[in-house]
Amino acid sequence: MSTDLQADSTADNPFGEASATALLRFATAGSVDDGKSTLVGRLLHDSKSVLADQLEAVEHASRNRGQEAPDLALLTDGLRAEREQGITIDVAYRYFATPRRRFILADTPGHVQYTRNMVTGASTAELAVVLVDARNGVVEQTRRHAAVAALLRVPHLVLAVNKMDLVEYAEPVFAAIAAEFTAYAASLGVEDVVAIPISALAGDNVVEPSAHMDWYGGPTLLEHLETVPVGSDPSEEPARFPVQYVIRPQSGEHRDYRGYAGQLASGVLRTGDAVTVLPSGHTTTVAGIDALGKETDIAWAPQSITVRLAEDIDISRGDLIAAGQAPTPTKDVVATVCHLHERPLRVGDKVLLKHTTRTVRALVKEITYRIDIDSLEQRSGADGLSVNDIGHVLLRTAEPLALDHYTDNRRTGSFLLIDPADGTTLTAGMAGESFETVRTTEPLEEDWV
Amino acid sequence: MTTATHTLLDTQENPYALSHLDALEAESVHIFREVAGEFERPVILFSGGKDSIVMLHLALKAFWPAPVPFSLLHVDTGHNFPEVIAYRDRVVAEHNLRLHVAHVQDFIDDGRLRERPDGTRNPLQTVPLLDAIETNRFDAVFGGGRRDEEKARAKERVFSLRDEFGAWDPRRQRPELWSLYNGKHAVGEHVRVFPLSNWTELDVWQYIEREKIELPEIYYAHERDVFARNGMWLTAGDWGGPKETETVERRLVRYRTVGDMSCTGAVDSDAVSIADVITEIAASRLTERGATRADDKMSEAAMEDRKREGYF
Repeated sequence: MSTDLQADSTADNPFGEASATALLRFATAGSVDDGKSTLVGRLLHDSKSVLADQLEAVEHASRNRGQEAPDLALLTDGLRAEREQGITIDVAYRYFATPRRRFILADTPGHVQYTRNMVTGASTAELAVVLVDARNGVVEQTRRHAAVAALLRVPHLVLAVNKMDLVEYAEPVFAAIAAEFTAYAASLGVEDVVAIPISALAGDNVVEPSAHMDWYGGPTLLEHLETVPVGSDPSEEPARFPVQYVIRPQSGEHRDYRGYAGQLASGVLRTGDAVTVLPSGHTTTVAGIDALGKETDIAWAPQSITVRLAEDIDISRGDLIAAGQAPTPTKDVVATVCHLHERPLRVGDKVLLKHTTRTVRALVKEITYRIDIDSLEQRSGADGLSVNDIGHVLLRTAEPLALDHYTDNRRTGSFLLIDPADGTTLTAGMAGESFETVRTTEPLEEDWV
Repeated sequence: MTTATHTLLDTQENPYALSHLDALEAESVHIFREVAGEFERPVILFSGGKDSIVMLHLALKAFWPAPVPFSLLHVDTGHNFPEVIAYRDRVVAEHNLRLHVAHVQDFIDDGRLRERPDGTRNPLQTVPLLDAIETNRFDAVFGGGRRDEEKARAKERVFSLRDEFGAWDPRRQRPELWSLYNGKHAVGEHVRVFPLSNWTELDVWQYIEREKIELPEIYYAHERDVFARNGMWLTAGDWGGPKETETVERRLVRYRTVGDMSCTGAVDSDAVSIADVITEIAASRLTERGATRADDKMSEAAMEDRKREGYF
């Protein structure tokens, strides 16, 4: 193995490659009967990502069940419990590539009790595909999937209207569903919606353009996935650099080296930039940036780098190096949360809060209300949150945190609540207000006397 | 509703675009550094196979110019390719690393394990692995497993919690959101960490090419005495082959994975460079394990069962 960690690169980008493809992370959501497994199987199959031995195994299993055609859903149903029950019980990650892009698909079950799985899959996604059955149109579950994608700030939303073959490929059916969904997404603050009429079973508009829908002039689902913009523009964001680890060789030629290792959560960092270290508030400048063994003048999110600072100040794991408008550290955290565990979250609970690279003790001071994800109505009287509940909370932390609003920054605005007793991940949190919810007055009990 | 008329924001036009390899590398480095920051005694499982070699390369980059703050652990089946062992020892010396070796043979010799009738020792690795983890009190164990390898792995977490028996319970795995990894665990439990979770076989090869990483020679085409068993070319050796009914012939082959000699098959190939290998893989119609690993073919749920037992 070579000790030279410096790969060839273009002049101005130490990480650069001439003939590279971008990586798109996306999520799918749809209920058991919308044909989601078939859609994912079709994407993998038609993009030639399924190899001969996998296909052979699927054909073999399909024959064993007395099915004539290979059941593409079997490509993705992994664990035995699922095969027996014919359902998907957790987030599964799929990988495929075309000459234009590499894809990571978070395949999340759409069943009602699995809100937490969609929240999990959507948390890293830049695009979400919401699947509906053309015969049923927008149902309660569709609205829930759109709301979760909006809550997690997934930048791009795709409505895939499936089973068009069962409605005679009729344009008015598609147009009505697309209009209703787009209006609902707009009410959630999601402007970027692309609707695509497909048949996963027959293969229309998934990878190959449909011969049955001349009236549709847009891209196939795969074409859209290949061309949707990846990532945000880091030059428009303030730099945020959570310190993961302090690198101090203390020997040899690098005896005096002191670098702060981490991954840029957002923005661009240049040598000479003025930065603030939080929560201490110390200010200094960037003396140098090492891009995994090679010095550089500039780095941007989401690169992993090591930053050297002009002044020797006390910095450790958990600190945030920020440029531009820095957040004010606070011990009072207002957040929207999704509770992930069967053990409920209650007012008065003492938990650990993990934010970027910093873990602090925290107290659940108030559960202001639960949010009904179907109607976006506030439900009061919440002394606790059950699994899959989404709610608005106030937390008090033992030490100050440099939080951004989740709506501004998905990496520095997100956190986990962890049970200090056994380390269980309890709750996913998003700092600040999420989207407009509707205040409701709880119905009063009728007086029948 | 917008109709999609996107401008391509990929590498050529966007000065801040990252290639897929850059994005995967940044994520893996982040994972290594998280473990360094949160655990007391991490170890990297190192077999001398390409995935563990890439893991080590990423770890070297993550902590440059300081040394890697982890030791290495190799579970030696006793049926390893000599080229791979030589490579392992060379790398350990070059980077001044500490290597722990757990020998399957020791466990067979003292009766804690029994040789299987088919001579395969891959399934016997679990016991020595768990013993080494317990003896050395390792709290984080890096493995080169990738989610694209097998259906049961598609749901594996980056941080995968194992109980005091090393067992993996799919229902006890913690949800993983954003890039927030939860490393909390009780005494006696440990966490398996998979920094290459989101890489595919092709990504690994492209990265090896880009970084000019040296590999054991058996990954490239070479002449070798092999015999056919279960539709694979196996290397003759004192591990249990060939049987009387099996004929040895000399062929030009290479290995796509490196494991126990008894169940790692070679493929016919004339690929002598990384570029040749990548061309061959991109055109291949067989997945990595399907073509070359007999042990994963056992049953539809074989991998799931072995993960529950504490396998990699």
